Amino acid sequence: MTIFIPTPLRPYAAGHDAIDVDAATVAQALEALTGSHPDLRKHLFTPEGKVRAFVNLYLNDEDVRYLPAKEATAVSTADTLSIIPSIAGGD
Amino acid sequence: MGILHLTRAVYLALRAHGQQTYPNECCGVLLGRSTAAGWKVEAVVPAGNTRTDSAHNRYQISPLELVKIERDARRQGLGIAGFYHSHPDHPARWSTTDLAEAHWLGCSYVITAVAKGQATVTNSFLLAGVNEEDKRFEPETILVDGEQAKDLSS
Repeated sequence: MTIFIPTPLRPYAAGHDAIDVDAATVAQALEALTGSHPDLRKHLFTPEGKVRAFVNLYLNDEDVRYLPAKEATAVSTADTLSIIPSIAGGD
Repeated sequence: MGILHLTRAVYLALRAHGQQTYPNECCGVLLGRSTAAGWKVEAVVPAGNTRTDSAHNRYQISPLELVKIERDARRQGLGIAGFYHSHPDHPARWSTTDLAEAHWLGCSYVITAVAKGQATVTNSFLLAGVNEEDKRFEPETILVDGEQAKDLSS
């Protein structure tokens, strides 16, 4: 599958905007990604190993948080995983 | 101080968006190309404000909308350079909420003050730092088609 890397994380992914990984689940895909680019880990996960609250993961058009199997959801080579930090604010 | 390069069309569009949504906040995405001289923004994509509970002083872009914007940008060879929003009847400076909820390190956050429905000052702040713990906003100079933005508000 292909993982799309957002602008702020590209410096920690050798400048790539997309990275192909071999994986059977979303969790395996993230493991493969951070295995090849270890500097990404602290930006994606808390010290306890949970995905940071402001990091959104979309499997194609689906929010992984709301998938029944969440990060254990099966993936195929045609799938895409978008990493999208949240954007919000106000005065 | 860093420089954010906008086209005149982008500059006018993001300010007009703030006037359209007044007295609520507008928000949107800046698309461009990263160059040695900084981001050169070529397009602006207005987004919906999902904070309908407090739209006059809060904004949030749906992550799915952002996924789709990013996907379309990628097809055009563009990347997300930053974001913009408005501060209705409030100065064009970042707030503690803006900083707390900013997570796109290295990207620009453009804020337009809209006073009584009219866009006034537009400022840009780079989200600097290497992680959540040391992130900070640094003011940027906005150049519109290579000129200082202050004379191009009409």
